[in-house]
Amino acid sequence: MNNNYFVNIIRFVLLILVQVLVFNRLNFFGFINPMVYILFLYWFPIKENRAAFIGLSFLLGLFIDLFSDTMAIHAASTVTIAYIRPAIMRFVFGVNIEFQSFRLSNTTRAQQFTFLALLIIVHHAVFFTLEIFSFANILLILKKVVAIGAASIILCLLFNSLFSAKKE
Amino acid sequence: MQQIINFVIRNKNFLLYLFLLFIALGFTVQSHSYHQSRFFNSSNWITGSVYETFNGFSTYFGLSEENAKLVEENKRLRKLLFNGQKETLSSLDSTQLIYTITTGQVVKNSYAEPRNYITINRGIKDSVFPDMGVITEKGILGIVENTSGSYASVQSILNEKSRINAKLKNTEHFGSLVWDTQRYNVVQLVDIPRLVPLTVGDTIVTGGMSSIFPGNIPIGTIQKFDLDTANSLYSIDVRLFNDMTNIKNVYIIDNNDRKEILELEAATVNEQ
Repeated sequence: MNNNYFVNIIRFVLLILVQVLVFNRLNFFGFINPMVYILFLYWFPIKENRAAFIGLSFLLGLFIDLFSDTMAIHAASTVTIAYIRPAIMRFVFGVNIEFQSFRLSNTTRAQQFTFLALLIIVHHAVFFTLEIFSFANILLILKKVVAIGAASIILCLLFNSLFSAKKE
Repeated sequence: MQQIINFVIRNKNFLLYLFLLFIALGFTVQSHSYHQSRFFNSSNWITGSVYETFNGFSTYFGLSEENAKLVEENKRLRKLLFNGQKETLSSLDSTQLIYTITTGQVVKNSYAEPRNYITINRGIKDSVFPDMGVITEKGILGIVENTSGSYASVQSILNEKSRINAKLKNTEHFGSLVWDTQRYNVVQLVDIPRLVPLTVGDTIVTGGMSSIFPGNIPIGTIQKFDLDTANSLYSIDVRLFNDMTNIKNVYIIDNNDRKEILELEAATVNEQ
């Protein structure tokens, strides 16, 4: 249990640093900055206290906001996916999450991918709607959600396969 | 009463979510208005020092390129000095000067968002305050928006909130410089009347009417212009001299007469 807290704190700090120091400066094709810090919400233990999870996600978003001068829109979108994460899990994994023995690593590749992709798409949709803040630019919002969402999914999958293999 | 408490306990996660979402939206909406983004910017000490530490590593890779740029600028300034009038040297008495210049370095830059901010490693300790202009050796960069002890966040000209007075170098007609958030090397000059003769390649410089920037600081050249027939005003695409993706050394300009100008302007408005 103690070990679990420790791992999460390290993850929290490292993901913030990697996000703001590397991925916020990527500017691939001029505008694609993938958001890998969403992995924190993907990796976070399922059976932990839900209120603490929402609070932590808010803090995570807020730190990213501080570093990237984006007011508080990272915080708003991260807290949104933190709140709806159980609903997404129920949709993707079905009744399996009710069992005590449920672990993310025991699920199929397709389920893991869908879970991650849904988290990222909802996050990006909220984020870019708030950032651009006008429905006149809905095409721009869609373009950004699709392009940056695809980049985020690819990078998150890479990070996921790099860092969670030894849990098996 | 019991039911209300039960309701709160049952929905505590949803209420917590709503509460945090409203906090976040509150901060966001509040910082949409100018000078309100006081807490949410990267000029505070935590983010400033993290950026500065990691910037220390990456700076080494660009040192020779930066030196070349600075030598080039020194060459240009020496040329001006040797070919100019002799009295320029004697008038360098610091109490007589209108503008004072501070140097600084960029620790964080962004150009891919609709509202871009740049963080520099100069703050209140170096007498850098909000509303000072920031330029590079090639052209203008932005205006200081917030300062902390040793860092300042600069509203880049690549920011949809930015509005800077600019003019055509050869005809002195002035307009406003804005950004349509599309490309990081092109900004727009608006409010130029249709009677002004324009050609592609004309130089755009600062207008010097804003008490922030002195006049005649280079901005860019005209890339393309369209006439808006409804308003008979031009909308002009300006290609920047600055490469906004690669900025290291900056100059911060303080106008010593700024307070006096603002007081005079306020007094004039009040009389009307």
